[in-house]
Amino acid sequence: MAATRQLLRLATAGSVDDGKSTLIGRLLLDAKLLLEDTLDALHRAGTNGTPDLAAITDGLRAEREQGITIDVAYRYFTTPRRSFIIADTPGHERYTRNMVTGASTAHLAVILIDARNGIVDQSRRHTAISSLLGIHHLVAAVNKMDLVDWDEARFRQIEAEFSALAHRLGVENARAIPISALHGDNVVERGAAPWYDGPPLLEHLEQVDVATDRGAGPLRLPVQWIIRPEDGGRGARRYAGQMAGGTLRPGDEVVVLPSGARTTVTAIEQLDRRLEAAAPPDSIAVQIADDLDVGRGDTFVGPADQPQGGREIEATLCWMAETPLRAGDRFTLKYTTRTLRATVDSIDALLDVTTLDRVDPPEQLGLNDIARVVLRTSAPVYADPYDHNRTTGAFILVDDHTNDTVAAGLVRSVRPGEAHSHRSPDVTWHESGLDRGERWAALGARGATFWFTGLPASGKSTIGARLERRLVEAGHPAYFLDGDNIRHGLSGDLGFSPGDRRENIRRVAHVARLMADAGVVSIVSLVSPYAADRELARELHEAARLPFIEVFVDTPVEVCEQRDPKGLYARARAGDLKSFTGVSAPYEAPETPEILIRGAEEEADAAVDRLLAELERYKPHD
Amino acid sequence: MSAPEHLHALESEAIHIMREVAAELERPVLMFSGGKDSIVLLRLAEKAFRPGRFPFPVLHVDTGHNFPEVLEYRDRRVAELGERLIVARVQDTIDAGRVHDEWDPRKPGSSRNRLQTVTLLDAIEEHRFDAAFGGARRDEERARAKERVFSFRDELGQWDPRAQRPELWNLYNGRIRRGEHVRVFPISNWTELDVWRYIEQEELELPSIYFAHEREVFTHDGMLLAVSEHVDPGDAERELTSVRYRTVGDMTITGAVRSDAADIATVVTEIAATRVTERGETRADDRTSEAAMEDRKRMGYF
Repeated sequence: MAATRQLLRLATAGSVDDGKSTLIGRLLLDAKLLLEDTLDALHRAGTNGTPDLAAITDGLRAEREQGITIDVAYRYFTTPRRSFIIADTPGHERYTRNMVTGASTAHLAVILIDARNGIVDQSRRHTAISSLLGIHHLVAAVNKMDLVDWDEARFRQIEAEFSALAHRLGVENARAIPISALHGDNVVERGAAPWYDGPPLLEHLEQVDVATDRGAGPLRLPVQWIIRPEDGGRGARRYAGQMAGGTLRPGDEVVVLPSGARTTVTAIEQLDRRLEAAAPPDSIAVQIADDLDVGRGDTFVGPADQPQGGREIEATLCWMAETPLRAGDRFTLKYTTRTLRATVDSIDALLDVTTLDRVDPPEQLGLNDIARVVLRTSAPVYADPYDHNRTTGAFILVDDHTNDTVAAGLVRSVRPGEAHSHRSPDVTWHESGLDRGERWAALGARGATFWFTGLPASGKSTIGARLERRLVEAGHPAYFLDGDNIRHGLSGDLGFSPGDRRENIRRVAHVARLMADAGVVSIVSLVSPYAADRELARELHEAARLPFIEVFVDTPVEVCEQRDPKGLYARARAGDLKSFTGVSAPYEAPETPEILIRGAEEEADAAVDRLLAELERYKPHD
Repeated sequence: MSAPEHLHALESEAIHIMREVAAELERPVLMFSGGKDSIVLLRLAEKAFRPGRFPFPVLHVDTGHNFPEVLEYRDRRVAELGERLIVARVQDTIDAGRVHDEWDPRKPGSSRNRLQTVTLLDAIEEHRFDAAFGGARRDEERARAKERVFSFRDELGQWDPRAQRPELWNLYNGRIRRGEHVRVFPISNWTELDVWRYIEQEELELPSIYFAHEREVFTHDGMLLAVSEHVDPGDAERELTSVRYRTVGDMTITGAVRSDAADIATVVTEIAATRVTERGETRADDRTSEAAMEDRKRMGYF
């Protein structure tokens, strides 16, 4: 056994009719990698003494009964030259997501083509997905050559077509091999085609050079876990993670993202071993020279080649859920070891999965659709384009209600997209030449924003209106921006989809900020169910150095429903109102609001007293 | 000698998985049987978390029918590591009336194997574990070939093979609801031979029954079962012969193989040359029916 034997991860794609499971069975059988009891089982499943090769891979009972491969199955085999992990993926269009899953970790894809049918849409789809997922090595296994009498012209035609297809998709290493999986020709042993002078499939798989230059490219080490030694003796904290790019050596200067802090790596360890260098896929622990606040989700990168950071991700998205995706939908996004919130800002184009050409943007994405989208995240992300790094350029979206993984994402680019990026690009802010201090002094007042959030009928507006009255009576300019009132005018064009809600909040946040800047206490009362939207409003104020006081009116939904002054809960329960917060749409409670009001317990006046006291805190101490 | 590249890749992947679970789930536990796969898990946990403590305890589901050599090894190994061991006993589950004993010493082949599931689920509920590491490998059996690294169990501990989450790249989604838990298999992608080669490479100690030793055995249903207080061979012919074990389960159902391999290198050579799968050779429980494993997994088996 060679000590440096490589691991080759390969994906196979093709439908049951193409003979994919039979091919894998043949590969294992002829390479003498099937053990006797497995072989016995295959003979029992087969007919006339011929083993049922497909039965090796079709693992789940439903699949055996229906004769189809539904899920990704993993197979393992080892030859003297290499170890292989096969991700055996179903071919049918309905299972595109499974193929994406299997291809996500593969170095090479074997695409089954039935010699009688040639390149069909399905072959194009498999080739396109492989190229999309960053697989640089493709093999077209042109199967059932026995059924076309080993016609060389037929094979050459398919070979040329496949080569052109791969070339167009940017895959440079593509080759076709004529085989008969059923009879074993050119799978492990050479077979019936004297005109074919290339290697059999297995030989090709053993020899193909898939080695990416280990440790090439920019340094990327996402921090997974902080190791805190128990005994004081070996003291220092270790930052543990798996190398995702580049090479790291003790003494290297590194930058910690997102903080941007710089430090030096003093040691790289694997249990008791000290390493001279680390590169993907090493799982390591490092020590650094400085006492920095580094946590899970941070990434060590090299000072020279840092990933682009920003809150807007342009990505290719493979949608994997039954429920459709619409612009405005929100998810938990996980990339490397980092988890944050993301909103689908827009769906820009659907991709034709047989050509990867862009087609017109759809209203929504369905199961197995692949599209170009723009996402906005709750905090800046530092990701690489997927084409540059298959680890740091990949992400998944998780549905917050079902906890399912609903999409696979491939980063195309990251853009700054800060909270105030909604500015129009060709308009510059006009400075009035008057500073805020002068303005506020003239008014004898100081601006601020109270942002009330909570379920419908939780009591936000009652308390907000009372706060407005108390402020104005005390001689302080205040203005109550009620959500419903705003919708009559400024936001009259918006509905209640997540995207429209977000837009409504954005508008209100800007109005509140302008009024606060003018010296008025803006009092916003909006359900504003999503943390990311409220965060946006907060950032807008903080960027302008204006006080932002988040007030969470926490009233149990049963109490709200009992109050129901506008009869909205009743209508929502009856199904008249779709996506009604508290009934059929989620409410993300603030984790650390400045003020928490128990709406069912606290008197409105007492609450207002607390709010006024909070406002006092923002007065300068002179 | 540098480690084989493929073994290094598998090791790095497994360490990554263990750290992800420790970081994303609240109360993990490591299921330890004393078998070689879970011994590898302990080694991987050392690589993932030392010089810190393991962020989880070690759980053994004790059927009462374990090989004494394995129990001795378990206690010694966990003490060496200085980690916490929790033992959940099937006998306690039987005494509590939660299950009926299915084992009869006069019926070779009968065991408490199925009952472990209830004991395990009770332990998970009692300690509110939300993740349990197991040493299962996908190469063991066809139903396992499709199981995810993160395998979800509902409140009843059941696995639904039709509702598995897509598992992409190295991005694992460990989000669960209260009461659910996830079984995590860090060495999913390892083969039996990989496990042995890793044990050899890392110079890991194994329970002595993995190596050739003299033992009184008898043949039952094509397997060599050990004569013990838990199994009465009745009229079957007994013989004293040199055997070793390829897997470690209950004495009642784990078959031995005839062997003179007394050290790891010789065992690896034998395994590399074997013509029968691990489960087919040594586990009576998996030969019952074509879909035996899938059925037990659905029920919450490990």
